[in-house]
Parts: sequence; C-alpha cells; structure tokens
Amino acid sequence: MNHDSAETPAECPDEEVSRRSFYAKVSVALSVAIGAMMVVPGLGFILAPVFRKPPRKWRTVGKLDQFKVGSTSLVNFEDATTVPWAGVTAKTGAWLRRVDDSTFIAFSINCRHLGCPVRWVNDAELFMCPCHGGVYYKDGTVAGGPPPKPLKRLAVRVRNQDVQIETGPVPLTTTKV
Amino acid sequence: MARQLLRNMGKWLDQRSGFSDYVVPLLTHIVPRDARWWYVFGSATLTAFFVQVVTGICLAMTYVPGGDEAYESLMYITNTAPLGSIVRGMHYYGASAMVMLAVIHMLQVYLHATYKYPRELNWMSGVVVLFVVLGMAFTGQLLRWDANGVWSVAVAAEMAGRAPIVGPWIAEFIMGGTTVGGSTLTRFFAIHVFVLPGLIFAGVGLHLLLLFRHGVSEMPNPDQPVDPETYKEEYEKRLKKSGVPFWPNAMWRDVVFSTVIVGVILACAVFIGPPALDHPPNPSSIEANPMPDWYFWWYFAVLSLLPASLETWVILGAPVVGFLVLFLLPLISNRGHRAPSKRPWAIGIVIASFTGILVLTIYGYHEPWSPDFGVKPLTKEVVGTDSGPIARGAALVHSKGCLYCHDIDGHGGHRGPELSDIGQQLTREDMIIRINNGGYNMPAFAGSVTAKELTDIVDFLQTRRDDDSIPPKRTTQSP
Repeated sequence: MNHDSAETPAECPDEEVSRRSFYAKVSVALSVAIGAMMVVPGLGFILAPVFRKPPRKWRTVGKLDQFKVGSTSLVNFEDATTVPWAGVTAKTGAWLRRVDDSTFIAFSINCRHLGCPVRWVNDAELFMCPCHGGVYYKDGTVAGGPPPKPLKRLAVRVRNQDVQIETGPVPLTTTKV
Repeated sequence: MARQLLRNMGKWLDQRSGFSDYVVPLLTHIVPRDARWWYVFGSATLTAFFVQVVTGICLAMTYVPGGDEAYESLMYITNTAPLGSIVRGMHYYGASAMVMLAVIHMLQVYLHATYKYPRELNWMSGVVVLFVVLGMAFTGQLLRWDANGVWSVAVAAEMAGRAPIVGPWIAEFIMGGTTVGGSTLTRFFAIHVFVLPGLIFAGVGLHLLLLFRHGVSEMPNPDQPVDPETYKEEYEKRLKKSGVPFWPNAMWRDVVFSTVIVGVILACAVFIGPPALDHPPNPSSIEANPMPDWYFWWYFAVLSLLPASLETWVILGAPVVGFLVLFLLPLISNRGHRAPSKRPWAIGIVIASFTGILVLTIYGYHEPWSPDFGVKPLTKEVVGTDSGPIARGAALVHSKGCLYCHDIDGHGGHRGPELSDIGQQLTREDMIIRINNGGYNMPAFAGSVTAKELTDIVDFLQTRRDDDSIPPKRTTQSP
C-alpha cells in the first residue's frame, strides 16, 4: 500500500517531489514555531531581571544620635528588589561613617576587586578585604592591594532624625571597551 | 510451570523491547584484550554521576531552595534527618570523586592519545561534559547557601561583570537581579538540578554512542602509529583476532573499580561526614571569607597571584582558552604515534600541569594573600616584656592591624613581608618612613597613628632580630 518509500525521488513525478518538499518545509517551519512558542516566554521570564530597571528606595538605618561623630558602623537594610521568599537574603549591608554633625558617608560593603565583604579595622582606620587583601582608607580610597576603584558610595540623608541610605545594585567593576 | 511462564514473559518482553537486538550487542561488543585497569576511570566517573543523581534526588526531597529555608533545610538534613548526614556526605564526596575521576580519565586518554582518529568526537564530547561537571561542582557549592555560598555568588557575578559590554548583563542574570537575594538561589537550583544534569545525560549518551561506534581503543603501541587511511581496517583485523567481549571479560574490572569508588564515597560520608556549613546566609554580614571547594583552589590561587593588569584577561580568557585548547586538540593532531614513549611532550605537559595545579592547590588552601583577621595579640614570650614602650608597641602592632598581614615569630598573616628580623633589615628612620608613607600594597598610617604610637611601634620593631645582639636601646628620636 505504502509505495512512496519504494520510489526514489528521481522516479517520482514532479508533482510528488514538490509535495514532499512542501511537507518537509512545512514540518520544519512548524517545528521552529513550536520551539519558539515554548522558548520565547521562558527566555523572557528568566532574562527579565537583566532588563528590569531596579527601583531605588530610601531605607532608614538608625536614629541620628545612634552614630557618634567620627565613628564607622556597619548597618543593614532591605534591598529594593526583594521577593517575598528572600528571607534574610533580602538584606544588604553598608558601612556608615559619620564625618561631622551633619555629614555622613555610606559605603557599599563590597570590595571593588571581586565583591567580597570588607571589614572595618577601627584602630587602623582602614577597610580591609579578607579575600585578596584589598585595603581602603576611611574615605573609601584605595590604600593597597588589588582593588581598581574606591569603595562605592551610597546616597545617604537625614530625615526627621532618621539616617537613611538609598538602595542600589551590587557595585560591579566593569571593563570599558 | 512457573518457570515456563517466566520464560514466556521474558521472551515476550525481549521481542517487544528489542533488548537482545539492541542492548545485548552493545554489552558483548568486542573490545581489545589489553584494555585492562587503565580503562576503568570512564565507567567510574559515570558511576560517581549515578551516585550524584541518586543522592541528589534524595536531598531535593527535603532541601528547600528559599532564602532562609535552604540553610535551615540543610541544617535539618545534616543534623536531624535519619541518614541525612550520610546522604549529604555522599553527595559531597561523590562530587569530588566525579571531578577527580573525570580529570584522571581525561589524562589517561590524553597520555594514550586515544583522541586521535577516529575518536576525535569522543574526546570533544568528553571535554564538554568535563566543563559541565565543573559547572555542577560550582553551582552545588552555592546551594549550601551559607555565608560562603552567598558571597561566592557575589564573587562570580563580579568576575562575570568584567566581560566587556555584556558583563553587567551576565552578572545580573547570575544574580537574578541587581543584588544577591531570593531570586539568586532559585536560579542556581534550577541550573544545578535540571539544566546541567540534562546536559550531562545528553553528553554522556553521545560519548557512549561514539564509544560503541568507534570501539574501545587498544593500548598504545609504539609500532602502530595512527594512519587514518588504514587504521579502521587494521583495528578490526586485530580485534577479530584477539578481541574479547566487553561483558563480562572487560567489564568486571569496571565493576570492581566502581565498587571501590562507591565504597570510598560511602566511607567518607560515614566517617568524615559532610562539610560543615558556614555562617547563615546574610548578605549584610561581613563575617565571610568566600572560598571555593578544593577542586577550584588552584584557580583561586591563580587569580590571587596575578598582577592587576592581567587579572581581567585571565578571569575571562583562561576558561575560554582552556576549553578551546582541549576541545580542539584532536583537530590539531589526529594521526601519528599514540605511545607515551614517542610523545615526550605529552608526558611533560601532564607532569607540568599536575605539579602546577598541585602547588597552586596547596597555595590556595593556605591563601597567604588573605589578611589573618583571627590573629591573637603577641604574647609576653614573643615580645620579651609586658610593660613599657616595647610592650605598648607590640600591642599596637596587633590593634592597628599590622599582624593581619605581617608575621612575627609565627604569629600573623603572610600577605606582607615577615617582620621577625625587621630590626636588622631597616633602620629606625626607614621604619618611620615606611609606616608613615606606606609602600607596595601597604597603606600609609600617617593619618591613623599618633607620634607616640609610632615611636612605640618602632621601638618594638627594633627589637625584632634573629641574632643574639642586644636590641638597640630606645632613642629619644621622635618621628
């Protein structure tokens, strides 16, 4: 009954050949369409965070009188882009330095070398990174080691006696082309 | 009666499934007689993968890939769940075994030049699987989702972020956003549990298909260089003459070795236990010193020892170049001698690579480039006194962080030069200049030490000598 398979394309009438060719093209095109319908929504779903502009929010990290002039304190606050199941990983940290009565500087805790959390060595007035020995002065500038840039500064303000830090992305050290 | 029934059922199943037609010929295909213990590493790698699949499925039934819950569920698996510690331990040591065996298998294939004609694709598919296995190892470490895991993601994102133009996009894809958070772990969980194992199954399937297509290679013979024109014909001829069926003549060795491997994995899980979890995952905590699992220590050391100008190139380029060199190897050389005795460069490359990786692994374990934040203040025995300017100077050397980077008589870090005999190497004036102004990799302390503190520190450092001469007396010179 099925004599199609017995015939080689060369023996087929032109009409049969063009029908086969049509079937093949339709099948390939529909397979591509099936693949695209399956993959495109999923790709959009997993790539969305890459293209979403992160919101920035001001987070209160303490009262003004909690921070002594000249002190550098570790503060933590919630990220702006958190998800309900994030738990403790919604938190992020910053080093907050009170320079004088009205001036604060906030630094991201990420070392600008490879992102490890820097520590504050109070007596030496230095930030030090445990990973590769990056060292920063109290103003965040590089004092030694491999970091290519100063510590990233975060926006900080005082509102109604509350010290607030603006959330931001993890500071990435990028390569300019 | 029952036996007849069973026989009929078996016949029915065999006829419908084609077991005798498809599987039996694969099992009993003829392999070279000399394929002995050298050839057991590939099957042992596959066995270790099966250990990972089985234990991974078990862990996934309790592990919760959520921000807080992941750590808590791992604590439960490790400390409370019946046999949980053993299952988690088997998964950990199974990963180590898989990485080690895959590398040993690759070294054996390279030394015996089995990648040459006609088995080029066998090698290339194996290289892809090896890199996927390394990806499994890395993502698996992150799933512990302790402080080390969280900060390792941050480091991975920073490294990816160095890529020109697309770096920030890759970094944000890795983190599932602009920060490490709830979306990060679920992403790695999906990659570790679905994507990479799927790739390994596909890669191993292709690898085995090619193994059956081209046959198991013979042990290299210095008198039989590979000539693509004649190789297949001669191989078939030799196989017909002296080959043996894979099952059971050759396979029993694979089974014995795999049994030993699974036994060792189980024994490690029972007697050593799974790796301890680090602090809980808190991206706002600074109590972390992210470090990869042991199989990446050598690369960790490379990145730490590089000059800054080369760093980005090596971070981005080394994995790509390493993959391409390995992947394309059979296309560069697919004929000629297979015997190691005729390929001294191959032996040299293996020895140099092994030695380099071993030394770097040891170096990575000690991580001398990292400050030692846990160093204790110097004792009276080391200082020589517990009062006066020398004792005060010794206390300051600790509190100012000098000991984090400098070793004094076995106490302190190794990032900077040892100071045990600094009193002999530098004059008082040189010390003052160095401390005030800093130097290579050393911060300037002029703004953070007072004149009196500096005098005390220098007084102490002047006493650090390894000869028997009397330490110089404190002078009244001020900095």
